[in-house]
Order: sequence, then C-alpha cells, then structure tokens
Amino acid sequence: MTTLTATDLSKTYLLRSGLRFSRLQAVQEVSFELSPGRTLALVGQSGSGKSTIAKLLMQLERPTSGTLLLDGAPIGRRGRALADYRHEVQMVFQDPFASLNPYHSIGHHLLRPLLLHGRATARTAPGAAKELLERVNLPADDAFMERRPHELSGGQRQRVAIARALAPGPSVLVADEPVSMLDVSVRLGVLNLLARLQQEEDLAMLYITHDLATARHFSDEIMVMLRGRVIEHGPADEVILSPREEFTRRLLAAAPEPATNQRFLAEAQRRGVPMPDHLAHQEDLG
Amino acid sequence: MSKSAEQIVTDLESVRSGFGAAASPEPVLTVRDLDIVYEVAEPVHAVRRASLTLHRGEILGLAGESGSGKTTLAYGLNQLHRPPARIIGGSVTFHGQSDGDVDVLALEGESLRTFRWSRIAMVFQGAMNSLNPVISVKAQLEDVFTTHRPQMDAAERRHRSEELLRLVGVDPSRITAFAHELSGGMRQRVMIAMALALDPELMIMDEPTTALDVVVQREILQEILRLRQELGFAVVFITHDLPMLLEISDRIAVMRQGEIVELDTAENLYFAPKHPYTRRLLGSFPSLTGSTGDFVRAGYSPEETR
Ligand SMILES: Nc1ncnc2c1ncn2[C@@H]1O[C@H](COP(=O)(O)OP(=O)(O)OP(=O)(O)O)[C@@H](O)[C@H]1O
Ligand SMILES: Nc1ncnc2c1ncn2[C@@H]1O[C@H](COP(=O)(O)OP(=O)(O)OP(=O)(O)O)[C@@H](O)[C@H]1O
Ligand SMILES: [Mg+2]
Ligand SMILES: [Mg+2]
Repeated sequence: MTTLTATDLSKTYLLRSGLRFSRLQAVQEVSFELSPGRTLALVGQSGSGKSTIAKLLMQLERPTSGTLLLDGAPIGRRGRALADYRHEVQMVFQDPFASLNPYHSIGHHLLRPLLLHGRATARTAPGAAKELLERVNLPADDAFMERRPHELSGGQRQRVAIARALAPGPSVLVADEPVSMLDVSVRLGVLNLLARLQQEEDLAMLYITHDLATARHFSDEIMVMLRGRVIEHGPADEVILSPREEFTRRLLAAAPEPATNQRFLAEAQRRGVPMPDHLAHQEDLG
Repeated sequence: MSKSAEQIVTDLESVRSGFGAAASPEPVLTVRDLDIVYEVAEPVHAVRRASLTLHRGEILGLAGESGSGKTTLAYGLNQLHRPPARIIGGSVTFHGQSDGDVDVLALEGESLRTFRWSRIAMVFQGAMNSLNPVISVKAQLEDVFTTHRPQMDAAERRHRSEELLRLVGVDPSRITAFAHELSGGMRQRVMIAMALALDPELMIMDEPTTALDVVVQREILQEILRLRQELGFAVVFITHDLPMLLEISDRIAVMRQGEIVELDTAENLYFAPKHPYTRRLLGSFPSLTGSTGDFVRAGYSPEETR
C-alpha cells in the first residue's frame, strides 16, 4: 500500500524564440494525493499541464519547485532508491506510437519488466506475459507475442502499453489517456480491469483523460486543469453534476450528446417517435 | 479562438446543416470490394470486400472495433499501405473535379506522389508522433508550401502558416517550437493544420482528436465543417467517439472484423440501427450526467474484463 503526495508542484519551461527567451509556466502550485485503492481523474484543457504532471511524478522531469513524497518520505531520485521508486510507480504514456520500442517484440515488452522486477522466473515469465495480454483483451498466443509494435493497430498498442505498466505489479499507476483509442466495449473492459486491480491490490491511480463520462464513473475524485493550474477538485459526482467553475461548465456543455442535439431532436419530431433509449440495449451486450 | 462557450456549443448543428446541404449527390471516391491482407506467417485479412461511395463535400464517419481494419482501409484509399500489406482485390476510383476519373490503385511513382498530396490529405493515427523531432513546427509547415506551392514567397508562407495555426487554436507565437515542447493535443492540431494546408478535395482523418479537450475539439470540428462548406472537400473521419460522429457526420460506416457491417445516415443509425454491433456501440456509452448504468466500477463482473 503506497501513497504518493504532491505538494505545490510547479514546472516552468524556458522557451526560446530566435534570440528571445520567455518562460512558460506549464504547472503552477498543484497539490494532490494518490492513495491506495483510489483513482484521481485529471481532466482539463489541452496543453494545461496534465502530461507535465505525469512526467514530474515519473521523474522524467524535475519540478521547478514543490515536493513529492512516497509514503511520507521524499522520493528517491537516484541509484537504488530511484530503482525502487520505478518499481512502485508505473506509467502508461499518452502516445502508444512513441512509447513502444519498434525493434522489440510484444513479448519482449512484457517479459522484460516481469523479469527485471522479479515478478516471474525465466520459466514462468511467458505464461505471466500471456496472462497480462489476456487481461487487456488481446490474443494471448505465441504469434501475437512475436509481433512488433508497428504490426498492431493503435488500440492494440495502447493495450500492450497498459499490460507493460501492470507487469511489475506497481502500487501507483499514472495513466495518461490510456484508453483514448479503444472502442467503448473494450474501453470499459480495460477500465473495469483497472478498477478491479484497485480493489484487489490497492492500486493508487492517476487517470488523465478527456473523456468526462469515464472520469466520472471510474474515479473517486476529479481535478480540472486550466493553464497550468488546478481550478476545481472534488468528488467525481460533485464536479460533474454541480461544477463550480465556468471552465468546467464549458467542458461539460461541449461533451457530445446526441440525445440533446438539435439534429436528432428535430429528426425525432419528423419521424414522430420518441428519442431512442440506447442504454436499454445493454442486455444485447451478451 | 475567443468565441463564447454558448457559440461553440450550439453552433455545430447550424454550421453542419447551414447553407443548404453541403454534400452533393456527385461522388468523389468510389470503393468497390476492397480486400487487404497482411501477408505474414499467419495472414491477417484486415479489410474484407469493403465498398463505399463518398460524395463531394460529405463527412463520412468510420467507427468500429479496435483492430477491425479502419486504419488499413484508410491507407488503402490512398495506396499508403506498405508490405506486408497487400491489396488482393477490388478497386478505388477518385472522381477528380477537373480531370475525370483516376484509378487510384494503378497509380505509381511521381503521379502517385502528386496525387496523394494535392488530392487527398491524411491525418495519421498517432499523428502526435509524426512530426519531425529535430525540425521546428515553422520549418515543417513552411516546407509544405516550399515544396507544393513554389510560387509563394517567404512572407506569404509565414503568413499562411500562422493563419493555419490560428485556425486550429494553437497560439502562432509557438510556431518556433519543436515537437517535444508541445502537448499531445497541440501536436495533433499542428498535424490537422498541415492537412488543411493545400486545400485537398478529400481529407482522411484517423483519430485526429484523441488528445483534445472537448471544447477545443468542438472548435476544430466547427472549423472543418465551415471549411468544407466553403471549399467543398469531403472528409473521412475515423474515431471511436460515436456520440461525436453522430453530431458531425452525414453518414456513418461501422466496421467489425474487416467488414463494413452497416453504412447509413447518422439519423438512420441513431434511430434505427440494424446491426447488433452498432446497437451495442450505441448502448455502451456511459452517460455523463445520467445514472451510471452497467459500467459502474462496483458493478464490474470478472467476465467483463476478459
Ligand atoms: N519540454 C518542453 N519544453 C517547453 N515547453 C513544454 C515542454 N513540455 C511541455 N511544454 C509546454 O507545457 C504546456 C503543458 O503541456 P502538457 O503536455 O503538460 O499539456 P497536457 O495538459 O498534457 O495537454 P494535452 O491534453 O494536449 O496532452 C504546453 O504549453 C506545452 O507546450
Ligand atoms: N504490419 C502488420 N502485420 C500484420 N498485421 C497487422 C499489421 N498492421 C496491422 N495489422 C493487423 O490488422 C488488423 C487491422 O488493423 P488496423 O490498424 O487497420 O485496425 P483499426 O481498426 O485501425 O484499429 P484501432 O482502432 O485499434 O486503431 C489488426 O488485427 C492488426 O493487428
Ligand atoms: Mg498530454
Ligand atoms: Mg487505427
């Protein structure tokens, strides 16, 4: 069980334009806690600093100021302590086209962390890797293990990235848009898998997403970012159902919703039928 | 982009349907029984007898399961597929505005290159990874013009590049940035700007907005809808976001296991979906403000995660 606490995190980038320099405050004084068995969703404006926060948590960037504590102690930044940290804290990157190594097979992507973090032996690793593939709804056979990333579709790559992050058995998972390229049924399956891991293994999770509906249904709390700052932070239902900030309301109003769209309301009238209730078809899911 | 929230939100339908129907009955692309196979040890038949007709000015949405062949089909339309992918049957015909029909699958060499750039623009899935990492956004945008619009001078190139960035909501002052200095959504927007650069007759966009917040997404869709009214290009829009497709598309195709299992107007698809997979897709979007439905976290069942 591990808690990751961020206090007043800030990150400033120096931008160069010709001979002139300027500062870009990508993240400004952001504080939050990732606790065992809970999910914090991070939503907000594109370019508002979400991935930068993820990079700070993963120690891929150094904060300009602020602190990160793992179970109350300052996080290890080098050597053995850093290796231990990497064992505990795993990440799914936003871009599955960049984050998988084109020279390595899918099997290698999964076997390596399993062995490196002592989760399996040379004998048990292939079985463990297949189990991971199965969990993210990918074919768990040798042919698939031998494929390389460019031989997979976008959503398949995304699922490999998730399986890889789960391989070391982390206690904190930072997931940056982990399901953006998955069709809904697979998307819900993967999110349910993460929810189950959370309950069974007390995983703490930061879920970065633009999908407000899954942010609501799969998280305990939601943080909303705008221009480097967290402008709203509260229980998931509260943020979605009674948002306090204007920007949050704008986001909610902009989420596509055919049921309230003029085009389909007009069509219902033209057809003389009520608006369809597609959720009623969920039994078809079979 | 300084439009108010209300404008952005309510405008989409009026922009889409505005100025009379944008889509004309005249076809711009006809695909007949296209078959594409990845010839690997265990061959993958990724696209099976796909047929569709795209009309001038039309927005065709393409949705479907992950791995169902959407990207492969999009590549085929443009002959962008690479071995081991091979087209084993079918035809793709482009109906040019000025020069008549083009048999796309027969094109090769220089004529294929020119065709791709001037007629069909493509925003690739994973576009946020397709910018050149060692060249600035400015150089990459201007390079498009240097290569394909040699008559433009430096000032015009610069002006047009900044205009395109503004169009997709990226502050033109960031034009000197390199890819790694931009957020995922900003990179996606730069790629959309590049696709718009040469006024194509057809735009194929493969998951172009996965990293965009819904406000920006709506602003960009609004621009695309407006531009297609103005310039009359057709769009194939690939995404998993069916609610969004329903709002912007004239017609929607649904793919599963390499086949187009349903192709109909957005209205018919929404009010009378025929294929069980389409119904399942429509039924599995968690409602934003309604009750949580089947997918509540507590309500998972072990089978579901399989
Ligand atoms: N290495 C860097 N150098 C300079 N600026 C950077 C760098 N990395 C990020 N930025 C800037 O920091 C800001 C925040 O970027 P970040 O990637 O965190 O946004 P985001 O919220 O993840 O956006 P998106 O939803 O589009 O992925 C952006 O303006 C971006 O251009
Ligand atoms: N180079 C390749 N070699 C072998 N199989 C491949 C190759 N590229 C793609 N495939 C397979 O072809 C099928 C279709 O892939 P495609 O990328 O077209 O799917 P998609 O519908 O775009 O999926 P997504 O929504 O996940 O992006 C998948 O099963 C994929 O694994
Ligand atoms: Mg990001
Ligand atoms: Mg794809």
